[in-house]
Amino acid sequence: MNPEFSTSTTAQVLRSLPKRYAKERRFRLLGLCAIVLTMLFLMVLLGTIFLKGWTAFQQTHIRLDVYFDPVRLDVKNLANANYGALVRDSMQRMFPDVEGRSNRLQLNRLISSGAAFTLQDMVTSSPEIIGTTRSLWLPADDEVDMLIKGHTPRDVPETIRRLSDQQLVWIDTLVEDGRLEKQFNGAFFRNGDSREPELAGVRGAITGSFYTLMVTLMLSFPIGVAAAVYLEEFAPKNIFTDLIEVNINNLAAIPSIIFGLLGLAVFLNFFGLPRSSSIVGGLVLTLMTLPTIIIASRASLKAVPPSIREAALGIGASKMQMILHHVLPLALPGMLTGTIIGMAQALGETAPLLMIGMVAFIVDVPQSLQDPATVLPVQIYLWADSPERAFIERTSAAIMVLLAALLIMNATAVYLRNRFERRW
Amino acid sequence: MSTLETTASLQKGFAVPRENIGSRVQKKSRKIDRENRETVGLQFVDDPRMTCRAVNVFYGEKHAIKNVSIDIGKNEVLAMIGPSGCGKSTFLRCLNRMNDTIVGCRVTGEIRLDDLDIYEKNIDVVPLRAQVGMVFQKPNPFPKSIYDNVAYGPKIHGLAHSRSELADIVEDSLRRAGLWNEVNDRLDQPGTGLSGGQQQRLCIARAIAVRPEIILMDEPCSALDPIATATVEDLISELRQHYTIVIVTHNMQQAARVSQRTAYFHLGDLVEVGHTSRIFTNPAHQLTEDYITGRFG
Repeated sequence: MNPEFSTSTTAQVLRSLPKRYAKERRFRLLGLCAIVLTMLFLMVLLGTIFLKGWTAFQQTHIRLDVYFDPVRLDVKNLANANYGALVRDSMQRMFPDVEGRSNRLQLNRLISSGAAFTLQDMVTSSPEIIGTTRSLWLPADDEVDMLIKGHTPRDVPETIRRLSDQQLVWIDTLVEDGRLEKQFNGAFFRNGDSREPELAGVRGAITGSFYTLMVTLMLSFPIGVAAAVYLEEFAPKNIFTDLIEVNINNLAAIPSIIFGLLGLAVFLNFFGLPRSSSIVGGLVLTLMTLPTIIIASRASLKAVPPSIREAALGIGASKMQMILHHVLPLALPGMLTGTIIGMAQALGETAPLLMIGMVAFIVDVPQSLQDPATVLPVQIYLWADSPERAFIERTSAAIMVLLAALLIMNATAVYLRNRFERRW
Repeated sequence: MSTLETTASLQKGFAVPRENIGSRVQKKSRKIDRENRETVGLQFVDDPRMTCRAVNVFYGEKHAIKNVSIDIGKNEVLAMIGPSGCGKSTFLRCLNRMNDTIVGCRVTGEIRLDDLDIYEKNIDVVPLRAQVGMVFQKPNPFPKSIYDNVAYGPKIHGLAHSRSELADIVEDSLRRAGLWNEVNDRLDQPGTGLSGGQQQRLCIARAIAVRPEIILMDEPCSALDPIATATVEDLISELRQHYTIVIVTHNMQQAARVSQRTAYFHLGDLVEVGHTSRIFTNPAHQLTEDYITGRFG
């Protein structure tokens, strides 16, 4: 070996080294920047949502001593009794010196109009409380709630304030008496949508989302897996199957609102399925999720090593046995992951559901697949559109619920993948 | 001397008993020219299990196997050797129609198992593959327990009528594969957790559990260390008592150790077949000599 050559090579290598290392450092720095930037955006997003939304999990309540007056409650006609009057009587008793119709009206506005429904439910479920006095925590009106939480300012002129000076005095009195405090907002998880922010909840949307996703899962998983298995294992390779493959890939890229239009035309107009229902929502989302599941399933079928297939065929397994006994079990974790990712996508989908009427204002929690329903993202959309200040925090709270659901689904996907993944 | 005559005379020559081969070696007979790809040697035997006639295999446009005719005798070990890409694995896979799974693969000619043409239209490959088992190059146990690996074949073919009968088949197969003593206390553990040599013997046990008559082995020892290889080779010699074995190997010593007949493939042609001892001491074809003396391969 020529020593001169060797030293000159070394010298050249050494000369080029700083440049190479600098390149590497630059590349690493760039990657780091990208990560930091994404994390920053994510933090800002989640941070603002949390800061705006966490207060919605609390609701200002007012303690009323309600006298279930037998005069106002006719036992024979409980359904039509004036429960609002019970609430007004109680308010009146707390502030006996309030005179005049407009003043009383102002006083009564402090308590939520939903308080009457709470009383009605109590009386209907146990009529024996008629004639007694109960101390009850009833939701305050959303304007009071906003003031207590500090979302609306109190040190501005009365004319641009939602609450009058007189109402502020009453509120302060209530706080001093310990009759007004923030409590856990159970109504947010118990109720459906409402025009009154303090009564509005996500239960209807969660139930709607659940039904819709169940329909989607029940249809898209078996159909998607069957399609993937057929295309990957049985279908002859010809122009026709190539065409199908291209179209499946294209379907995955079609804007979701177009699936909504298709659902509107086919499921509602042609098949006459009930408008706004979970079943139609599920069908539309199935169309949307299918390509994702098919593509993921095919990829995981392809990833099964050919040696396993050969082993099965080599000892005389039929094609079906090879697939059912060996290929599918190995491909299943990948298929499940793909399915859950598809489901998570479907859970967050809004546009196609607007087209089939799931954007309607629906108060009742859906009881079946045919009932009108809404879903979480659409509920968020509806609330984000509402003018009341209190809906801002509820919008963020609903987003948190949606994100939690997504997080749980993705965690399930990771868990399933690790649980069922087998090594070969 | 024309080619045909050469072949014929050489064929006659190979009928000479083995003890005479030594004397022929010393004569330093003239080899057949490299360009001549007509098969020479002992292609046909008296009591064949499988007979292959004018077999051609195409992968799309590629002509992978060219007009190969050979017999596989009863209870013999036939070794197939040749440089990489010469088609020996392809030919092996024709014997139980494993090539069917490869898209664009076309087989012409005739391959008979006893009197059955296995490429006939209405032949079902499932019973064929149960009869002609296969062991692959890389150990490929199912990601299941050792017991399930061996029991799978008998189960799908309904060979066992009871649980205990199945257990007997599993034990018997593992014993024959020389694995029983090593694994009998952990049959419920995954087959993929065994060492490479053990995995390959597990695959052999799995293949013989369906009671095949012929076992095809595609470089069964290429992924194994020398000790595991020796175990598998002993096993092959033992299995020969009951089975007909066709083995593809890159290892010429291995072919010499385990086989009775050896076939040399070169670029899709079956160049030479003959008794193993003769092929390795006095090949008739120049290409064979080039290969076994290490000039290429």
